[in-house]
Amino acid sequence: MGGSGCGKTTLLRLIGGQLRASSGAVEVDGREVAHMGRSELYALRRRMGMLFQFGALFTDMTVFDNVAFPLREHTELPPSVIRDLVMMKLQAVGLRGAHALKPAELSGGMARRVALARAVALDPMLIMYDEPFAGLDPISLGVVGQLIRRLNDALGASSIMVTHDVHESLLIVDYIYFVSEGRIVAQGTPDEIRGSTDPFVHQFVNAEADGPVAFHYPAAPIESLLQGGRP
Amino acid sequence: MKSVLDTLRRIGAMTVDGVWRVGFATRFLIAILMYSGQSLRRLQLTMREIYFSGVLSLLIIIVSGLFVGLVLGLQGYETLQRYGSSEALGVLVALSLTRELGPVVAGLLFASRAGSAVTAEIGLMKATEQLKAMDMMAVNPIARVVAPRFWGGVISMPLLAAMFSAMGVFGGWLIGVVVIGVDDGAFWSQMQAAVDFRYDVLNGVIKSVVFGVAVSLIAVFEGYDCNPTAEGVSRAITRTVVTSALAILALDFVLTSFMFRGQ
Repeated sequence: MGGSGCGKTTLLRLIGGQLRASSGAVEVDGREVAHMGRSELYALRRRMGMLFQFGALFTDMTVFDNVAFPLREHTELPPSVIRDLVMMKLQAVGLRGAHALKPAELSGGMARRVALARAVALDPMLIMYDEPFAGLDPISLGVVGQLIRRLNDALGASSIMVTHDVHESLLIVDYIYFVSEGRIVAQGTPDEIRGSTDPFVHQFVNAEADGPVAFHYPAAPIESLLQGGRP
Repeated sequence: MKSVLDTLRRIGAMTVDGVWRVGFATRFLIAILMYSGQSLRRLQLTMREIYFSGVLSLLIIIVSGLFVGLVLGLQGYETLQRYGSSEALGVLVALSLTRELGPVVAGLLFASRAGSAVTAEIGLMKATEQLKAMDMMAVNPIARVVAPRFWGGVISMPLLAAMFSAMGVFGGWLIGVVVIGVDDGAFWSQMQAAVDFRYDVLNGVIKSVVFGVAVSLIAVFEGYDCNPTAEGVSRAITRTVVTSALAILALDFVLTSFMFRGQ
């Protein structure tokens, strides 16, 4: 968890191997990601699911084909089995009835749920969520939050969620790291975070405008501007 | 002095940028070819792109070819009859079309109809993170998205050029023989005698294949390389059409100078 632009998404990209760390090490399932070749990396990614910020559904395919995509690409299953698997995943996110719709016909919350079904299509060991709550209305937000928790438990997977939605995420996560300017500044279980006296956590959880994260972008003092200096 | 240095610096930066892009496009082409086997094995992916790039371009190609043929018929007749050789109209129409106008005009139309669509599609897929999502699902976007569109264009382009030429000849015949009244037999027999399959038709086909490769590469490259924003996609589409047009005309000059030096 952390403010916009603090390096949360970068962290997910490093774990997924889309970015290579210039220093330090990223290990997934005991293996160093940065040293993997393409085929090795792809083998690892088959065991990872990722939910992108706005779903990133394939706009030229139906909901069904979107969820079937990883299955068709990576398995040799017959169409009838793929159909059953896809319908089960869609049933799990409550959208079996929407299987024939195109992504453009879905609401933001529905699109996010389809993307969730696609991310877990191959029963991954690790699921990564990049801002799963961005731009959702309160009802969709609650639905998506509960789904993330339920799917994680049902699959026995690990989930990493990057978010700045304090309220919703505290309800569903086990452990929280606060990131600021590329560093972990606080961590703890949801209860510890709620009771934290750390000024950064306090500012974040209570949505205060000014604090350790300054309201003003760094600039010369306002007095110098009024005296005719450069802005 | 300072402005001179600035100008020099800008020229230098533009040159470096240009060379870098050419290098990147070449590496991109190599990557496409490397993953082509993988995507051509799933033929329906490429078939779908042939439909989008080729079949859906048919209407504009047929209509344009017909009109170019009609104009050629009128202009050709007007000039030829001054020398009393209006029966050679068929030769003039057929040679102009198979050697030059077919590949070049069809290529220009193809770039603006299909090339721009491919750039827009890939660019939007990039802007909406669909390519990244595919990559995270361990599906290579070059093999799954780029290579089929590239081959779809390469295969469609010669077929469209042939269609264009055929329609043009038909248009020339319509004006010359049906409207103006040039002798039907002379029109076709002179054409048949003067147009050589290898020298004229095959060279035209080679041209259209080269244009197909150039336009398709430019289209997929610009889409894949674009800035993932609304403005970036629109600029990429513009660049596809402009660069393709310039590439077609420049390549046409080079190819013509090698192919047709007078027998």
